[in-house]
Amino acid sequence: MANEHKWGMVIDIDRCTGCQACVAACQAENNIPINEEKDFLSRRAKQWIRIDRVWEGKFPNVKARFIPVLCQHCENAPCEPVCPVYATYHNNQGLNVQVYNRCVGTRYCANNCPYQVRFFNFFDPEWPGTLWNQLNPDVTIRSRGIMEKCTFCVQRIRRGERTVEGQRGERLNDQTLKEGNYMPACVNACPTDTLLFGDLNDTASQVSRRSGDRRHYKLLDRLGTDPNVVYLKKVDPYAEEEEAHA
Amino acid sequence: MHEGKVLAYKRINRDLLSGLFENQLRYWAIVMFLGLVVLVAVVAAGFMVNRGVGVTGLNRPVFWGFFITNFVFWIGISHAGVMLSAILRLSKAEWRRPATRAAEVLTIFSLMTAVLMPFIHTGRPWRLMYWVFPYDFQRGIWPDIRSPLVWDPSAVNTYLISSILFVFIALIPDLAVIRDRSSGIRRIAYSVLSLGWRGTPRQWKLQAIAGILLSALILPVFVSVHSIVSWDFGMAVSVSSWHSTIFAPYFVIGAVHSGVSGVVTVMILMRWLFRWEEYVRKEHIDALARLLIVIAIAWFYFFAMEFIFGIYGQEGDELATRTLQIFGEPWGWWFLTFIITAFFFPVPLWLFRNVRRSFLLMTITTISVNIGMWLERFLIIVPGLARKQIFTQSWHTYAPSPIEIAIVVGTFALVLMLFLLFAKVFPLIPIFDIKEGQVLKDEIKIGRRKVPAVIREE
Repeated sequence: MANEHKWGMVIDIDRCTGCQACVAACQAENNIPINEEKDFLSRRAKQWIRIDRVWEGKFPNVKARFIPVLCQHCENAPCEPVCPVYATYHNNQGLNVQVYNRCVGTRYCANNCPYQVRFFNFFDPEWPGTLWNQLNPDVTIRSRGIMEKCTFCVQRIRRGERTVEGQRGERLNDQTLKEGNYMPACVNACPTDTLLFGDLNDTASQVSRRSGDRRHYKLLDRLGTDPNVVYLKKVDPYAEEEEAHA
Repeated sequence: MHEGKVLAYKRINRDLLSGLFENQLRYWAIVMFLGLVVLVAVVAAGFMVNRGVGVTGLNRPVFWGFFITNFVFWIGISHAGVMLSAILRLSKAEWRRPATRAAEVLTIFSLMTAVLMPFIHTGRPWRLMYWVFPYDFQRGIWPDIRSPLVWDPSAVNTYLISSILFVFIALIPDLAVIRDRSSGIRRIAYSVLSLGWRGTPRQWKLQAIAGILLSALILPVFVSVHSIVSWDFGMAVSVSSWHSTIFAPYFVIGAVHSGVSGVVTVMILMRWLFRWEEYVRKEHIDALARLLIVIAIAWFYFFAMEFIFGIYGQEGDELATRTLQIFGEPWGWWFLTFIITAFFFPVPLWLFRNVRRSFLLMTITTISVNIGMWLERFLIIVPGLARKQIFTQSWHTYAPSPIEIAIVVGTFALVLMLFLLFAKVFPLIPIFDIKEGQVLKDEIKIGRRKVPAVIREE
């Protein structure tokens, strides 16, 4: 196909308030079990998207910084070649795909992920009481011994494709799937438009326009992983002021 | 170095086959005890498979812990067999004779135990079969040959098969000796195994050629196996302290260090257990100790280089890893133990002949080296993961659960138990090799001079 999609995300740190709406939305959309205190203490909590909080400065001049971290869907992903069974591979739409049925649980991919966004099912997932009834039928429940991670809500992309197909009554071609037909749960929930999702190959899309912003950078760029997630630097008026004074 | 007495062939046969034809109380007591420890480990592993990997101490940055450490350790022990057998056989070192088979057998059983570890590690062993034996051909999904975890089983299985062949070739003449001394079903079994060995000159020649060929062919495999095991870590671009090019030679020499120590330990054990004082003598232990000195120094060189290269780059996560290794709690204590046991315990071997010739001191030294080498692998694997990259929020530590400890202790009992059970079925010291050594030592008198009875082509 001439015009393949290349799904990507732009995260504008300047807009992030650290509200964790994306985390909750992701949790609900992707059938992630509820993280309890003991899960956080034993470092086994599952958060496909997490808000890392960084404290800057010393008391009393402390600033809290937030950075949402999710699977970067690297073009040159370190997790992919180390899997002996192709349970994780790169598809032709720029997605780093995890195939649950193939995973044997060596956990090598998680060791080799510099962003630490891969999560292992140490036990079978459990939900209290009737919460079993609210699980998303589009998303597999991962049993124990399996690695999982952010999929860019691939089920929503597929649903978008099917919707377009149904409306036009013909086979889908790449021109028809436009922005607004798809949106990952975290982007949907973000109240400040910190997260933007779209097709990096589509020059008209918001993400491809914003990813060229002069504030853009990529996480751990020195490793050469070439992520499909682009961050936009925080604009700090105080820092600029200080720089001007100096 | 010819200190041993010349023994009658009948006596050699009787002594070296004592394990097969005599029942000793202390032998069975030890085997029963080891079996009990293995049973505890099997129950622990079963519990883990039933509940999930969550019963271990593993967590998000530290996904590999005790099991993988143990895997690397046993692969390391397995390197003794070829190191001693093949190299000493090719270099015609006389003192190899009582050590070769023990070393090879230790190789086989430690390799088998090592292969068990990844199966336990994944928590769902049946899934792992898919990785080693891709059974669903019709889907066209093959193992990803880019993954070091595919190189691993290939290398380890090659090594296992060639080691078994190696042991078997050397066993054939001894099997024939046992065949001639047994009756009933036992006789039939040994007849089949000895492949119609009659001791004709042609058979001896073929057996010798096969042994030498296998020795030469197995050496590259021996180097490659632990190199590939080291690449499990060296290929990981995201873990700075693993991502090092020196890992392959460093791991190989470390493996030989622990492996040779392991052989000395089991040689002294079997000397005590089967009362083989005439066969495993001070001169053999002395020679192995001299070898250990060279290896210990070479290993320390690589260890120092790896450490210096690590901190030379002054990268944040690498420095954090090293800080955790040396000053962290309780890591620092383990680091200290590792340095003292793996390097400083063997130092008296350099200086004192009496230490090299003392069975008690050599037992203590070699066991301490292996404690140190186990800790070395642990200190490479876990702190590297605990301080992965610069996301300080994700840094964590690791402590093994009782389940993991039980399984690791069980593997030690398993290797020793299999080793002792082997002694019940096959001789642990090659009978024909000992006899050959005596023949080569024979001297005849011509006039006033004594000359060797056999002249060997060099």
